[in-house]
Amino acid sequence: MLRWLFASPPDRRLLGAGSRRAPTPWVIAIMSFSIMLIAATGLALANTAGVLSRAIEARYALEVPAGGNSLDELLNAVRTSPGVTSAESVPESQMRQTLEKWLGPAAESSELPVPALINFDAAPGADLDAIQKRAQAISPGARIAAHRDSVAPLLHSLTLLQWVAFGLVLLLSAAATAAVVLAARGALDTHRFTIDVMHGIGATDLQVTHLFQRKIAIDSFIGSIGGAVAAAIVLLLLTTGASFAGELTGGATLGLGDLAILALLPLALTALATWVGRTAVLRALREDL
Amino acid sequence: MAAVAEFDSVGLRYGTGAEVLRDLDFRLRTGAFYFLTGPSGAGKTSLLKLLYLAQRPTRGRISLFGEELTGASRDALPPFRRRIGVVFQDFRLIRHMSAFDNVALPLRVAGAADEDVEGPVREMLAWVGLADRASARPPTLSGGEQQRVAIARAVINRPELLVADEPTGNVDADMANRLMGLFTALNRLGTTVVVATHDIGLINATAGAQLIRLENGTLVDPTGSLKNPPRPAKSQP
Repeated sequence: MLRWLFASPPDRRLLGAGSRRAPTPWVIAIMSFSIMLIAATGLALANTAGVLSRAIEARYALEVPAGGNSLDELLNAVRTSPGVTSAESVPESQMRQTLEKWLGPAAESSELPVPALINFDAAPGADLDAIQKRAQAISPGARIAAHRDSVAPLLHSLTLLQWVAFGLVLLLSAAATAAVVLAARGALDTHRFTIDVMHGIGATDLQVTHLFQRKIAIDSFIGSIGGAVAAAIVLLLLTTGASFAGELTGGATLGLGDLAILALLPLALTALATWVGRTAVLRALREDL
Repeated sequence: MAAVAEFDSVGLRYGTGAEVLRDLDFRLRTGAFYFLTGPSGAGKTSLLKLLYLAQRPTRGRISLFGEELTGASRDALPPFRRRIGVVFQDFRLIRHMSAFDNVALPLRVAGAADEDVEGPVREMLAWVGLADRASARPPTLSGGEQQRVAIARAVINRPELLVADEPTGNVDADMANRLMGLFTALNRLGTTVVVATHDIGLINATAGAQLIRLENGTLVDPTGSLKNPPRPAKSQP
């Protein structure tokens, strides 16, 4: 199946030397470099979204306007509710500190009705309505809000960015293959004489195609691997040199599966370019005679 | 006797131009030697292109080796081309490959293993007197040497039909005679030979050869070898 890849020296001589100066490997290398960086970014975003989503999946807040006076009672009611695995209140002093940003020194006034906030984790299936009713029995304005609702716009943006990254990977792959098609057509024109001679002595279109297919595969492989290595170096420098990035993303990194996907990308790009190049050559040959 | 090629009402035009070949009816007998002659522009090269399957007729039918090929698919043609050796007027050698590689090309295209290529190619180069020029590239060879490499490439596969377009047009008289010696030797081995030439001396010097003459894209028949020879001019209305 891959015999075409291991052409004999005479077959390799048919297309002549000097073709290494062609720009195709460089174009593929630039595309591969960009694809790797964008794909790595997309995968890291996916991991970040996953970490964030898991962290807040079961996290809720009980908000009680002017409930500062009954904070302990409310906290006890939440903690003892079925399905609640942990709960802690935000201290009144911390709430006043937060309010100070908007109200200034008035936030310290004893007459200011300070809202109460209790964060709690609930097991799957916990009856949130029942918890809210218990809290409302103590403080009628109590209301439960899911953290995931607050973070939903951010998660939505992260998902959108992943799709943008995926789309860019596809676009760059298409651009790389378009470059291969142009290079293949150029090579056909350059070697038109040799092709005519080969056809004249009985070579099939497939035999001629194999000569070009091998060159396209080698050029694509060299370019893909070169671009991937350069991208790997850049990614290493970024992850080791900018530790704050890891903190910003909650420590989200690329897992083994992600690295496997990234490692397969240059090979996939090579396979795609080779297949497209082969199809372009075969189609161009069939347009003759 | 069996026919290696048979043309039946064949016509050829390039694009939307006038027909360059019209109503060709003839058959080439297996093992015969033919000269194709006629003035420049008569259509000799076009006829040869039809013979070695570089061109399809725009009308009529062509059979080669007993097979009707007019409607044959593109993929069906290579096996027939491998049974035909072609010597082009301009040699058509691949410039960046050695004489050895040029001669070996038909064997390799036919799928011969490397170990089965070396011997026959050396033998063929020796046969055309170029044993010591095997590694030379065409630009470093003289016109006569290039012509002999082209002939060696054309016959390395022992073709059943050898087609040569003005093979002596670029060489001196001595070399022309030597090349014709190669063709007649091949013909004696059973290969049908068709040589397009203007050289009357060459035609006269080749015993047993038949003449096919083209004028304005149609055949005239000086030797009676055509299947449907045109009527003599004086009997035409």
